Amino acid sequence: MSDTTDTPPKTTVSVQINGHAIEAQPGELVIEAAERAGVHIPRFCYHPRMRPVGMCRMCLVDIDAGGRGAMLQPSCMVPVSEGMVVDTESERTRKAQDGVLEFLLINHPLDCPVCDKGGECPLQDNTIAFGPGESRFVEEKRHYEKPIPISDLVFLDRERCILCDRCTRFAKEVAGDPLIHFQGRGARTEVNTFPDEPFSSYFSGNTVQICPVGALTSSSYRFKARPWDLTEVESTCTGCSVGCSVTLQSSRNRLLRSMGVDNDAVNWGWLCDRGRFGVEAVNSEARLSEPSVGGRPARWADALRKAAELIADAVRASGPIGVGVIGGARLTNESAYAWAKLAKSVIGTDNVDAQLGDGLPAQFVLGLPRATIAEACAPKGTIVLLGTDPKETLGVLFLRLRHAVVESGATLVEVGHGAGGMSKLAKHRFWSSPGGSLVDAARQALAVLPAGQPVTVVLGRSSVTEDPAVLAEAAMVFAEAGARFLPALSRGNVMGALDMGLAPGLLPGRVELEAGRSFFTSAWGSVPSGPGVDTAAMLQAAADGKLAVLVLLGANPLDDFPDRALVQRAFDRAAVIAVDTFANPSVATATVVLPAAAHGEVDGTTTNIEGRILPLHQGVTPPGTARPDWIIATELATRLGADLGFESAAQIWDEIEAVASSHAGLDRAVLDATRDGTIAAGLGGGARPAVVGMPTASPASQVPLDEASLRLVVRRKMYDGATGTANSTSLAGLPGDNDVRLHPLDFQGLSIQEGDLVTVVSDWGSISLPAFADPGVVRGTVTVLANVRGATVNHLLSSSNPVTDVRLEVSR
Amino acid sequence: MSRLTPQNEAIALEIISRYPRKKSALIPLLHLAQEQDGYVSDDAMRHLAELVEVTPAEVIGTCSFYEMFKREPVGTYLVNICTNIACQLLGAEELLHHAEHALGIKAGNTTSDGLFTIEDVECIAACTEAPCLTVNYRYFYKVDGGDFDAIVEDLRSGRQPTRKAAETGPDGHIPPHGTLALQRQHIPADRVAGNADPDSAPAPAWLEQP
Ligand code: SF4
Ligand code: SF4
Ligand code: FES
Ligand code: FES
Repeated sequence: MSDTTDTPPKTTVSVQINGHAIEAQPGELVIEAAERAGVHIPRFCYHPRMRPVGMCRMCLVDIDAGGRGAMLQPSCMVPVSEGMVVDTESERTRKAQDGVLEFLLINHPLDCPVCDKGGECPLQDNTIAFGPGESRFVEEKRHYEKPIPISDLVFLDRERCILCDRCTRFAKEVAGDPLIHFQGRGARTEVNTFPDEPFSSYFSGNTVQICPVGALTSSSYRFKARPWDLTEVESTCTGCSVGCSVTLQSSRNRLLRSMGVDNDAVNWGWLCDRGRFGVEAVNSEARLSEPSVGGRPARWADALRKAAELIADAVRASGPIGVGVIGGARLTNESAYAWAKLAKSVIGTDNVDAQLGDGLPAQFVLGLPRATIAEACAPKGTIVLLGTDPKETLGVLFLRLRHAVVESGATLVEVGHGAGGMSKLAKHRFWSSPGGSLVDAARQALAVLPAGQPVTVVLGRSSVTEDPAVLAEAAMVFAEAGARFLPALSRGNVMGALDMGLAPGLLPGRVELEAGRSFFTSAWGSVPSGPGVDTAAMLQAAADGKLAVLVLLGANPLDDFPDRALVQRAFDRAAVIAVDTFANPSVATATVVLPAAAHGEVDGTTTNIEGRILPLHQGVTPPGTARPDWIIATELATRLGADLGFESAAQIWDEIEAVASSHAGLDRAVLDATRDGTIAAGLGGGARPAVVGMPTASPASQVPLDEASLRLVVRRKMYDGATGTANSTSLAGLPGDNDVRLHPLDFQGLSIQEGDLVTVVSDWGSISLPAFADPGVVRGTVTVLANVRGATVNHLLSSSNPVTDVRLEVSR
Repeated sequence: MSRLTPQNEAIALEIISRYPRKKSALIPLLHLAQEQDGYVSDDAMRHLAELVEVTPAEVIGTCSFYEMFKREPVGTYLVNICTNIACQLLGAEELLHHAEHALGIKAGNTTSDGLFTIEDVECIAACTEAPCLTVNYRYFYKVDGGDFDAIVEDLRSGRQPTRKAAETGPDGHIPPHGTLALQRQHIPADRVAGNADPDSAPAPAWLEQP
């Protein structure tokens, strides 16, 4: 054929499937092309998010690619080619399917009546649809000890395993934790761990979900329900701010499990275990179910009246700024909006902060140009991790970034205070100690970035002992070079809370107070007279007696705020109103406790790190009389003599769409039109105020290292004392103990053994921890973990100091 | 039950250096571990995992694929008696039976003094010399009960078998189980075969992703 014709070159591949001509993509596998053409080819090992292996042979179909004529080939391994003829219904295909299933069932125990997978099992389904009526196998099947735990969360029944390699491929290819592997060979091949080395991957639950038989089951869901007894709603995980799509499955009003849904933009079907098993906390006996006043159970009416009184008294005594609202990242967008409106319009205070002194300035984060996860993971792109360890804080984002680096040739550059879960994958690492040198590290990193490639910076707060101004300055190094950003602020709906105005100086829609003053004065009636302060300053004001009421919206500053003594002093003087799902130490100090409905119990939306609006749906009813946060806000408003003006989450969304610059145009019809969620990227315009602009760089103060002491770095782990983890039966036992880690050369100087106890002494407190040498720690620094058992690190910190220097005392 | 000794670790590092990817050295390293302890212990597998930067699960995955890597201790002398068709026709079942009685153990087990393990194996590719057996993979051809007793007697009393194995040296020496060869290979750096990093080599045309 001549290539000088005028027709543009063909970009698709013509194939025939069961007699129908279709156009497939070049490189597309036959099984995928058939799927798109509406022809389902049965399969076990093939999984669209992993490399094909051709392991199970279930997908054999007749393929004629020319040349040798039609023959059986595994459709998950063969890419389409021009003129290919595929027959998935031929006699030969049918016979092959029959035969493959008969073989797979030879050693299968057929204990479906007692198998968790029964009713949703691909092996059952394929056998009924494509399998032989009966088996000719009369010999003894192979036997193994019935389920053995391969981790705290996952059980393995080797008799049921059909050796499809999905779990093992997931562990190696996707999670990068090859802790399970095929062992033995031939008829005795089995999946297993190394003796005494459990499959302790943060992502182990995915193997349970993708196992095509009942070989892998989760300890929490085993024998709990039958698929046909479950009711399910599509929703979004709020375990962190990645916003993975899930279905929440419940039976008899109990949330039983959360399953990943393949959202191409976000999670690709994966979940991390903290998200998957964290939903169990919803069922916890420890949930707050009744309001209380002064520690005694109270009726809602009395509790609300008391709360309203406290607020009104504070406003009378010192004006609206006498009230502060801390927290809100647990809330839906709708509830966050309701609370922002209550605080900023009804009460009139701008002392509102969804972050607990461990994040980044809201205006700064909202002003940076935002990237999507897909943009960050673009093939051959560049990803900069700036002060964040996604593996520990944003599980599934880690999976996506890891895939970009390992499979799509992205370059990873790490800038931070030491090794994290992605250091081994990084092409360049620039580590520095807190105190300002991170900015130099950022400049060095910028110099090595491949030229002409799009750059995405994943920006987090490297340590609560690092000045956020340093992170901001370091971020600006990349921002000025044209990078886009994914903010790694990790609490549930923190991005939604900031968008809805739960931050000092901001109004809903990423609008600064002054910029939005006139618009919101007409929309709301009033706005705060001047900018308020962040959590640290609110706590300080409370400790000084200038702020009389602190409202905690799902916040636990005693454990989370990096200065426990200050929180204590603030709580000693101010009255606390806690709106929460659990009684944490901070809630225990509250005068009024208002129980809130949790994730899975409310409808609404949540916002992820990309600014993507994702749906939340109610699967079960809240315990006792707990109610959604937005209802609590409207009730309080009523008692303060105001009407927030909405009666359902849907109505609140309509109002958000009408007033928030960033959410303009995202009405419910737009949101409902896609399952992937919709990015809020409105820029204001028309009558709406402009959204916050790109921040400008300002130099942060440098605090040089002091020879005599070590600088403290506080890191976060996947499993810590967080409410969702502590109250989930599956996860509660997983957080490890705290320890203190030093660079091996610094460790040598102590002349102690690994694991010996040392006392970490700062100017504000001291804690004793076992010490270890760790080459991933920067010289001159020590790292400890935030909010885990063993010792609470925020005893050591003072929010008035940008960095914390410590001494280590060895008890001999 | 141990990690590699410092001497063996040095050998391991030398072996690893011959390969473009560390984990490619795993099989020779498993042999090294088996040579050290007579079998591949869990601790040795952990140590190898550290050396070649994979997980212990990946090491056991490779190790358990091969029958000749033993993950439990075996006797100093591993006696493999072939009972496949050619040997069977010429008396292998009887030979195995005799061996089990002579040593007082069933195939698959080890004598209480830790000297002998018997295995009933498939064809060991010496059918023309049936019935045959190997002791630590050294062949003995056309073996009958009397020959078996003599071999056992010699080994037990510390002598090398009077009846020489087929390819041992002139002294008929049979080293303990795990020893692959009496001479260890040392390849000078300049003679190492071209171990270019496959990741930086161009992919072969048939592997090109479409
Ligand atoms: S356990 Fe399940 S996922 Fe893993 S290989 Fe067996 S059948 Fe496949
Ligand atoms: S990464 Fe975050 S959103 Fe996704 S499953 Fe984990 S906790 Fe949930
Ligand atoms: S799905 Fe193709 S071989 Fe398993
Ligand atoms: S049958 Fe015994 S060696 Fe071949």
